[in-house]
Amino acid sequence: MKPQPIVLKVLNVISVLLFLAALGMVFLYAPLEVTMNYVQKIFYFHIANAWVGMLGFIAAAVAGVVYLVKHDQKWDIVELAAVEISLVFFLIAIAAGSIWARPTWGAYWTWEPRLTTAAILEMVYIAYLLLRQGIDDPDRRARFSAVYTIVGAISVPITFMSIRLFRTIHPVVIGTNTSATTGSFDMTSKMLITMFFALFTFSVIFIDLFWHRIRLGQLAQQVEQLKLEELL
Amino acid sequence: MIEYAISIKFMLAGYTVILAVLALYIISLLIRRRNLKRDLQTLKEIQKKVA
Repeated sequence: MKPQPIVLKVLNVISVLLFLAALGMVFLYAPLEVTMNYVQKIFYFHIANAWVGMLGFIAAAVAGVVYLVKHDQKWDIVELAAVEISLVFFLIAIAAGSIWARPTWGAYWTWEPRLTTAAILEMVYIAYLLLRQGIDDPDRRARFSAVYTIVGAISVPITFMSIRLFRTIHPVVIGTNTSATTGSFDMTSKMLITMFFALFTFSVIFIDLFWHRIRLGQLAQQVEQLKLEELL
Repeated sequence: MIEYAISIKFMLAGYTVILAVLALYIISLLIRRRNLKRDLQTLKEIQKKVA
């Protein structure tokens, strides 16, 4: 395995520093929300994780398209990396959101449109990982995965738009809330700055982890090739 | 309005989950890389012996 490039090493440091800065902004800079108090501070990391989660699922679909065009295994590695990291970030968004929901809505979970579509989205990609493992032939596996991520990506805009299309208690950050919405709040400029800083921070962390996961995939491919040579 | 004590409790729970899941994922990446490097080393040694 090649040693870490200097750019990746710098990115590691930047990611850690940005993460600490984002935590500092959430707890020291962003003002306390009047109705929800401290629990509202979950919002900044909740939305940032959901953002990078969705971004990664779209990136996986793009990698899937490129694989189908070029038939190059490296795009399968990119696609798998994007899905795996997005699953982690999206899981964090769901878990953090559900903890925030308990004191705000009175329940950890409710089967309303946003939560339901988010749960379906997460399960679609968990199924992707499970189904991939059942295919031994690398070319067939990559072809199947590419088609799956392209079709699976349809659930991303559905999840994103669910709170705008249906009557839901989940607040809309950018747009108009319905009368059923519970837990919405007026964002001050400091809150808005903190939110965008968290979005930027998690985008950088995503790129950093994505790069590491791609390198891991390349190493796994190397091992798989050597094992095949041993068998032959 | 949510009570301060309850609000702080859930905020801490939320951030604990966020940090724990992120940390676990990074640890899993490190473990998998270590195992793959070991596998690669072993396979290369076997190849050398066979050659």
